[in-house]
Amino acid sequence: MAYSDKLLDHYENPRNVGSFGKEDDDVGTGMVGAPACGDVMKLQIKVGADGIIEDAKFKTYGCGSAIASSSLVTEWVKGKTLDQALEIKNTAIAEELALPPVKIHCSILAEDAIKAAVEDYRKKHGTTSSADAA
Amino acid sequence: MSEPAGVLPDADLFSRDHFALFGLPRRFVIDERALESRYHELQSAAHPDRHAHRPEQERRLSMQWATRINEGYRLLRAPLTRARYLLELSGVDVGAENNTAMPADFLMQQMEWREALDEARDARDPAALDGLARSLRAARREAETLLAHELDEAHDTAAAAATVRRMMFIARLGEDIAEAHETLEN
Repeated sequence: MAYSDKLLDHYENPRNVGSFGKEDDDVGTGMVGAPACGDVMKLQIKVGADGIIEDAKFKTYGCGSAIASSSLVTEWVKGKTLDQALEIKNTAIAEELALPPVKIHCSILAEDAIKAAVEDYRKKHGTTSSADAA
Repeated sequence: MSEPAGVLPDADLFSRDHFALFGLPRRFVIDERALESRYHELQSAAHPDRHAHRPEQERRLSMQWATRINEGYRLLRAPLTRARYLLELSGVDVGAENNTAMPADFLMQQMEWREALDEARDARDPAALDGLARSLRAARREAETLLAHELDEAHDTAAAAATVRRMMFIARLGEDIAEAHETLEN
């Protein structure tokens, strides 16, 4: 299977690998998993007082496409509001990395990880929209 | 249902479900010995060697039967595929491809096991791999006990589908541990 240069780059030099404190007030943590391939993904966002995502980290156990997808979205969410981050769609991830059809579920995983991280952050702050979080 | 060796099973059986073919009730907990003996019976009835001297059409049929029998046997024998199949028969898709919302503590545990696997692999430590394989076996047994209840007693297909998804992670990790073991041995 031929993989795109972008995918290989994110796989070989993953951005933003690591963790923030799960309990930290300004951190939202999303944990998701794909039963079909056993991949597990943890994505964390650090949100500034202005409601903007200032940093993101991930840890993924899975195939190259899953690692590349999570690496890519940690780059994408930075500088976005929570609502903007929620607009990131798996199709955009799949397109950017030119994922082969059998690896589309990796991009779904990454999209769901963002959603879960935003949800976790909002739960901590008792808000349902980013306007309230600002 | 008992076919003499070399006599193909009744054609009607071919299109029925695997449980029917193997004469088992549609349940998660099965009589494994009954499955084995029915498998051998079907195999000797349909085995292509026993039809080698027969007309072409029958030879072709016996090949199809042999494939069908092996497929059903493998599927019913393994608890994970058996559970998935039972859910499928009840029209429930386990969402293996698109259901990513696993319980957080389960995913945490998976991540810890994955980390432990990486460490054991890097340290070339077969004892650590064995320990990991043991924890995994315990988790698998626990899931199987749960499935027996959810599928055969409570008939709670949503809960069973969630357990099947967990078992898929466990199975995948088990394969990776076995592979790491083989790599160490070579």
